[in-house]
Amino acid sequence: MNTWTDIFILVLVLADFRLLATSRLAAVIQTTVLQAVCLSAFMLTMADRPWPLLLISLALVTLTIKGVVLPWLLGRAMREAGVQREIEPMVGYSSSVLIGMALLGLSFLIFVPLKASISIQSTFLLPGALFTALTGLLMIVSRKNALTQVAGYLVMENGVYAFGAALAVEEPLLVEMGVLLDVFVAVFVMGITVYQISREFDHIDTDRLSELKD
Amino acid sequence: MKIMASIIHILLALMLSPFLMGIINRVKAKFAGRKGQPLLQTYYDIIKLLKKGSVYSATTTWVFRMGPVLGLAAVITSIMIIPSGGIGGVLSFSGDFILMAYALGLTRFITVVAAMDTGSAFEGMGASREAQFSIIAEVVLLLGMATLAIGTKNISLSGIYSCLWGGSASPLGPAAFLVAFALLIVLLTENARIPVDDPNTHLELTMIHEVMVLDHGGVDLAFIQYGESLKLWLFSALLAGIAIPFRTGTAYGDMAVNITGIFAIAVLVGIIESCMARLRLLHVPQMLLAALSVTIAALLWILR
Amino acid sequence: MTMCMMLTSIAALFSGGILSVLSGGSGSRPSRIGLVTSLTGAVLAIAAAATVLWTGTEADLRLAWQVPFASFYIAIDPLSAFFIITISLVCGIAAIYGTSYLHPYKDRKNLGAAWCFFNLLFASMLLVVLSRNGVLFLVAWEAMSLSSFFLVMFEHERHEVREAGWVYLIAAHAGQACLMFLFILLGGQNSSLDFDKFTTPMGTAAAGIIFILAVAGFGAKAGFLPLHVWLPDAHPAAPSHVSAVMSGVMIKTGIYGLIRIISLLGVPPQWWGWTLLFIGAVSGVVGVLYALCQHDIKRLLAYSSIENIGIITIGLGLWLIGISINNTALAALGLMGGLLHVFNHGIFKSLLFFGAGAVAHGTGTRNMDLMGGLQKRMPGTALAFGIGAAAICGLPPLNGFVGEFLIYIGAFGIVAQGGASGGPVAGGLIALTALGLIGGLAAACFTKVFGVVFLGEPRSSASKGAHEAPGSMRFAMTALAVLCVVLGLAGPLSVRFVSKVAGQMLGTAGIADISDMAFRIFLKISLGCGALIIITAILWALRRILLFDRVNNTGPTWDCGYSAPTSRMQYTASSFSWPVISMFQWIVRPRVHRGIRKGFFPSYAELSSRTDDIFRRYLFEPVFNAISRLAQAIHALQEGRNQLYVLYIAITILVLLLLKVR
Repeated sequence: MNTWTDIFILVLVLADFRLLATSRLAAVIQTTVLQAVCLSAFMLTMADRPWPLLLISLALVTLTIKGVVLPWLLGRAMREAGVQREIEPMVGYSSSVLIGMALLGLSFLIFVPLKASISIQSTFLLPGALFTALTGLLMIVSRKNALTQVAGYLVMENGVYAFGAALAVEEPLLVEMGVLLDVFVAVFVMGITVYQISREFDHIDTDRLSELKD
Repeated sequence: MKIMASIIHILLALMLSPFLMGIINRVKAKFAGRKGQPLLQTYYDIIKLLKKGSVYSATTTWVFRMGPVLGLAAVITSIMIIPSGGIGGVLSFSGDFILMAYALGLTRFITVVAAMDTGSAFEGMGASREAQFSIIAEVVLLLGMATLAIGTKNISLSGIYSCLWGGSASPLGPAAFLVAFALLIVLLTENARIPVDDPNTHLELTMIHEVMVLDHGGVDLAFIQYGESLKLWLFSALLAGIAIPFRTGTAYGDMAVNITGIFAIAVLVGIIESCMARLRLLHVPQMLLAALSVTIAALLWILR
Repeated sequence: MTMCMMLTSIAALFSGGILSVLSGGSGSRPSRIGLVTSLTGAVLAIAAAATVLWTGTEADLRLAWQVPFASFYIAIDPLSAFFIITISLVCGIAAIYGTSYLHPYKDRKNLGAAWCFFNLLFASMLLVVLSRNGVLFLVAWEAMSLSSFFLVMFEHERHEVREAGWVYLIAAHAGQACLMFLFILLGGQNSSLDFDKFTTPMGTAAAGIIFILAVAGFGAKAGFLPLHVWLPDAHPAAPSHVSAVMSGVMIKTGIYGLIRIISLLGVPPQWWGWTLLFIGAVSGVVGVLYALCQHDIKRLLAYSSIENIGIITIGLGLWLIGISINNTALAALGLMGGLLHVFNHGIFKSLLFFGAGAVAHGTGTRNMDLMGGLQKRMPGTALAFGIGAAAICGLPPLNGFVGEFLIYIGAFGIVAQGGASGGPVAGGLIALTALGLIGGLAAACFTKVFGVVFLGEPRSSASKGAHEAPGSMRFAMTALAVLCVVLGLAGPLSVRFVSKVAGQMLGTAGIADISDMAFRIFLKISLGCGALIIITAILWALRRILLFDRVNNTGPTWDCGYSAPTSRMQYTASSFSWPVISMFQWIVRPRVHRGIRKGFFPSYAELSSRTDDIFRRYLFEPVFNAISRLAQAIHALQEGRNQLYVLYIAITILVLLLLKVR
């Protein structure tokens, strides 16, 4: 089961690189679905067989919310705003991938001295989770399109979620349900906001929104 | 016994490599609904070219005439190094893949220089693009080899490949497939296949590798085409060794499995060429960076 | 006996210098005297050094000297012998080249002075490598800097040469200041400045400061980034044989100094190795990137020297990391690779500079975008330069591959061992990535140089009318080219020689199996290279046989149907390297200037690009401008009235009296 956890984290990390490299919004949304699948899967593989019913239901709820509902909300916002691509990010795509590589190395370096003190099943887990959170942060900071920034927020939350699943010992389920609810509400609100912005200004370029300041 | 198998592998490579081009062309034809060229067409082409005279441009010098010869010699030397599945190459030693990588670099050097010898704008264009792509491709290749070396604790190609799937379970796990994916992208770049370069295009402005050999003809072109097929065999052999996850345990069995794998990779290249379009030139470095990030993920997996 | 030969060689060089100055400034007599004495000095020095390396016995000489803390203490051990061979070989061949190169100047300039300083440079480099006393070392170092300064200023009537010389002088003395502090610190811990009396405890702050001073002082001479800013101006400004000596061996004395000082200090902490590794990786990559941006052929070669110093420093970094984690294999391979690259780089960089000098001599320009088609007009130069270009890219079967290969397998070895030693594995990976990137970029750079300068059609009238270099220049280049090929095939022999040096540094017992393993690997590599050459010969013969009695025609190059192709349609040097530069433009920051006249059919358009060294523009120029402003402010104290100056003296004396009375 240890190897399967590692494999799902590996797919999570590769999905992060895909997010940094692509300019198509549809691809970004599909990759968040993939990340949701990985997260639910590794929650299951980290626990011992037989899986308690609570764990299975939690995994299914996570999958539904992160893998179906939130992407559907984002997809709807995308269709209503009528945008397909991120045109000109502040950091170019090749540079984002190179920065991503550096961040991955950094995540590993941070956790090297902590290897002995944290006893979890896999040494790939914590660096991968940190890298996912950092990728989300990079997306928020370096992209101009509002939808990509929302997706970045989602990805950051994926990373935090992975952290929580790995480290939370007492009542992990409660913590995760709380965070999930937060995110759901946030994305719902953001979806509505994006639609309103697009209707009002005819674009969802957050860089141009800075014209609103006086 | 093992030496015998290695020598037979070299002879098979020398004899069978033009067949790979035939397989690729037949797969592309089938996808397009055509009947396609005969499978042995590349052999016929090479023999026809070997029978011709020569026309050389007045601008060119001995460098132009040397290019195909030296390039082919370097590729043949590399073939002597690579393993075939679990069997070692004839010329194997610690660090032999560095000699292989630099011998391929010698091929690239002399081809680029021969291209610039013609004094034509097209060749210069192809040469500068090829130089740009090969920089990243070489780093990907070296880091991929480093990943395999860390995983198998061995720094000779033959040693790495015999350890790779030889024991009970692979020490590399899924990282081997990630390295295989990166190596596939390097194969497509180094052999000038779609999505990097279109081997069938007739427009000089869109060519990369083809335009570098535009002025060669006759015997020189025969050497170049043969060298291209040998290079494809070389990279396919390396890829098949990683991607096919079992070893039979006997020398000839391994070689048969490897050669089957090489043909399968040729079919795969044909499928990729039929299903994808050529990338914009600005996106090729991005694709190579994707290969690099996959390699780094594999590297960090191994190091965890 | 060996020491006698060594001293005779130095004496010959000094006397040759003095004689050539005394023989009058004009005519070819100074050149002849300079040549004969340089060659004598070179042969004697190589003989002495080779004896020491072959037999393994060291030689030393100790004389008293009235200067405080100083003694005339020189010794030849395997490390010195290795550098002596490199220095003497390059200087000797450069002397042969220089006689023809300076021939056109014989009536306009004082050739006696030029040869005097050349001999002085050679002798002082030998002294630097031989000396075992701090004061003697610093004196020899200063002599080396000054004599090379005067050689750089050979064409001092040109403005850019004067400026280059000025920057060089400042940089050399800044480095010298660091070295003085270094020796003061070293000597302060012990009572004398003799090298064998230095014992500094490791792990103290003093050792760390000594290391930083050594890196700064020797690095300024060697050309570590960002202390390299004098190199790209000084090396092109000097005459070509001097550029070859400076690039080929003078910057290596910096590497020698670094190795010598570190070896005096014992087992280093790991961060020393990491520092050298980072400096080497950054110097290598940024150096070759800047080389790709240049249009001036000698400036390109200067930046390429910075790149190769980077490769050598990566090897030295791996050496130090290996010592600090007690891994003899890594240490030995890193050191041997770095040292072999020192020697091989001296050979092929001199060859390339000789070629560049021949090209500048034949066409009258150094701008690559105006050259082309020189292969037909200068065939000997082109062949030698081609071999040099292939050697510097590290391609087998030439000698550049040998040193780089040792560093590669050192890095791969530590990476494959993996496991417990996490840090060194990362170090090995950084070394590998840097070397791979440098190799690819260097290949792009030197295909550009060779292709644009020698192949294709001439791009201007300067290159249409080029003439071949005179006899001794061609002889020098051919000799070095042959040496490149021979050393490439004789890899095992080079490994044997350099393992003597590694044995001295690391202990002979520990490295015995490493050097045996390296020897066996290089036997196989030589086998492979030999096979490559034989297969090439077979294929070439096959081609000749096939084309023998067939129709062989000549025609124009395929031009896709354009009716009037011109030579200016070819790719220029700048356009060839543009895709690579644009990939890295966040480091290099090229500036492109486009000018097109307005209108529907503009008859005039131009495009030019230039790349300034960002370290010079953003790091050093602001600092020196600030110093200049500070100096202007202090200038107010000097008003020109001598009453004020006497007042200053009086005040100072009063203050000193008061302090003494306290």
